Amino acid sequence: MASLREMAAAPQLFAPGHRMCAGCGAPVVMRQVLSVAKKPVVVSCATGCLEVATTIYPYTAWRCSFIHNAFENSAATMSGVEAAYRSLKRQGKLKGEMLFLAVGGDGGTYDIGLQSLSGMLERGHRVVYLCYDNGAYMNTGIQRSSATPRGADTTTTPAGTESAGKRQPRKDLLAIVAAHHIPYAAQGSPSHWRDLTRKAEKAFEAGGPAFLNLLAPCPRGWRYDTAQTIELTRLAVETCFWPLLEIEHGRCKITYRPKQKKPLTDFLKAQGRFKHLFKDENKHLLEELQNEVDDNWKDLESRCGEPG
Amino acid sequence: MSRISERQILMQGNEACAKGAIDAGVRFFAGYPITPSSEIAEILAHDLPSVGGKFIQMEDEIGSMAAVIGASLTGVKAMTATSGPGFSLKQENIGYAAMAEVPCLIVLVQRAGPSTGLPTSPAQGDAMQARWGTHGDHPVIVMAPASVRETYDLTLACVNWSEILRVPAILLMDEVVAHMRENVTLPDPRELDIHDRPGPTLPPGHPDFRPYLPGPDDVPPMAPFGQGYRYHVTGLHHDERGYPVHDGAVAGELGRRLLRKLERREADIARVEWVWGPGRGDRGPRPPDGWPSGRDATVVVSFGSTARSAEAACDLARSQGREAILLRLVTLWPFPDAAIVEAARKVAPGGEILVVEMNFGQVVREVARAAAGQARVRHFGYVSGQLIPPDEIAREIGGRGRTG
Repeated sequence: MASLREMAAAPQLFAPGHRMCAGCGAPVVMRQVLSVAKKPVVVSCATGCLEVATTIYPYTAWRCSFIHNAFENSAATMSGVEAAYRSLKRQGKLKGEMLFLAVGGDGGTYDIGLQSLSGMLERGHRVVYLCYDNGAYMNTGIQRSSATPRGADTTTTPAGTESAGKRQPRKDLLAIVAAHHIPYAAQGSPSHWRDLTRKAEKAFEAGGPAFLNLLAPCPRGWRYDTAQTIELTRLAVETCFWPLLEIEHGRCKITYRPKQKKPLTDFLKAQGRFKHLFKDENKHLLEELQNEVDDNWKDLESRCGEPG
Repeated sequence: MSRISERQILMQGNEACAKGAIDAGVRFFAGYPITPSSEIAEILAHDLPSVGGKFIQMEDEIGSMAAVIGASLTGVKAMTATSGPGFSLKQENIGYAAMAEVPCLIVLVQRAGPSTGLPTSPAQGDAMQARWGTHGDHPVIVMAPASVRETYDLTLACVNWSEILRVPAILLMDEVVAHMRENVTLPDPRELDIHDRPGPTLPPGHPDFRPYLPGPDDVPPMAPFGQGYRYHVTGLHHDERGYPVHDGAVAGELGRRLLRKLERREADIARVEWVWGPGRGDRGPRPPDGWPSGRDATVVVSFGSTARSAEAACDLARSQGREAILLRLVTLWPFPDAAIVEAARKVAPGGEILVVEMNFGQVVREVARAAAGQARVRHFGYVSGQLIPPDEIAREIGGRGRTG
């Protein structure tokens, strides 16, 4: 395991100079994941912020093979690439091992790309799917997605006198993915980089489909100071809003337990998208959201067993 | 302050579309984010609940179109809005709406394609897809606004015709019209001409009720679900009861009727505007008498935002002594054949019809078909992510061009 200093000094497959916004979490998780790739990698990207801001012609931020197809088919596209690789390998036309990384934002993964992802997982392609989850359609202007947390203000769930933001809770994508009985699925946060990179290593070595759901804050959509990105992801973990866990061959494990669980409001109050929840008339929602997090954590603990 | 000035407002095309939809009686929107159409969804997410309407953001474009059809079947005016890639995904369900005769509005804000294309610069490359995007012979109405105010008007017209004829209607916008801001005065909503779908003449449960029995105008009255009517809705060829059939005669007649109900009203739907000068009075549904005076005149045919450039180009050409007139297509489908025939008659034999569109040649094919060899027809257009500037069009007018 490389130290943070060694990781920063090593050659980057994801090059600087891209045009992601200041403070965006997506390039951070991208660099952390690619830092463990020790073999040639092919990356596919669904339409989204990461795709448009890293491939503005005539430049590219990708020091590896890169393919963009459409919004809904990052996993299907990479299925084809991986199938072609195996065929070429069998025919003796290709030597050496390669890694395959399909990438999508939460819109391109939880919503429009879910069918494509499910197909890839079920067929058993040796592909790592990485979802950088910023909890809304940030590229098109902050519309809600099924990854948007309950209570968040977005342009299609506007908070105001008649509405307190999104009504529905986040979709539990990790559970859906795990139900495909794939070798490896995990949830990570860039604040806990050692945990995240270890999970990325496991994913690349899983020998079958693997899935990483990684928290990637968006300063524009979450409305916070761009310097606070990593701090926010740490708060997401410390409040148990974003538990760090992995599911290896069906066995669920919590990989990090906060020593002292922080109140959810520590995470929420740092973000403009939850500002309305702190009004008197919405106080009950804060309680409900805290209960949701507590229930999820309890449920997780019962599934994973006590720390051993 | 008078009511009219209260309705005078600076707004963009997408806002005018959302406003027009609500004023037309649309109470359901299902959609999926895509630039340059997302403002329509955002505004309706905010505004629909306050008029008793419903906004749903769906998981993708396919689901959006299906939800619109489902909502419309319950008797609610329903719509979606999208751009090229999303429009491609909606096609199967648009065909279903045509076959099952479900009124609906699809707003297509064009951006440069194919595929993800040039997000999100303007183009008019979806003119043919708007007509023929879904498989099989099918009816569809397509209108293309050129200004913010016209976006409001045509949203209304599309909803009206869709309801009257039970066909999908497509408002074919482009990025320029969608995002351009203009000062507009909107009409008093109480004075609008609003049409609803024809309702059933028999009460629910009546033994003679036939959900797809057409009226004299070839349009079957539409029974809303949720009010006691029970019937079968299918994308298969079906008989008057709505049940699937393989009888060739029944299937053939259904296919013909679906097109015929539109053809009957073609003259009313297929609208154009002739523009022969910069003044307010220099435009109308017919060209001025006595035009052209010479044998070397040009009719410039255009639509959407490109028609604005074309209008300025005609002004410029006239100021340089060339005879030019703009024929702006307000409706693209059903295609305004009659206006093209008139244009051909006006310019022949010495002049030409110059079709200007932000694509590599789509509507020009329809113009050539309608002109039927009676006049010379030439295309000018390209896709660069920018509007085609008036001076480039002006150079083509009377210049006989590069391809001629």
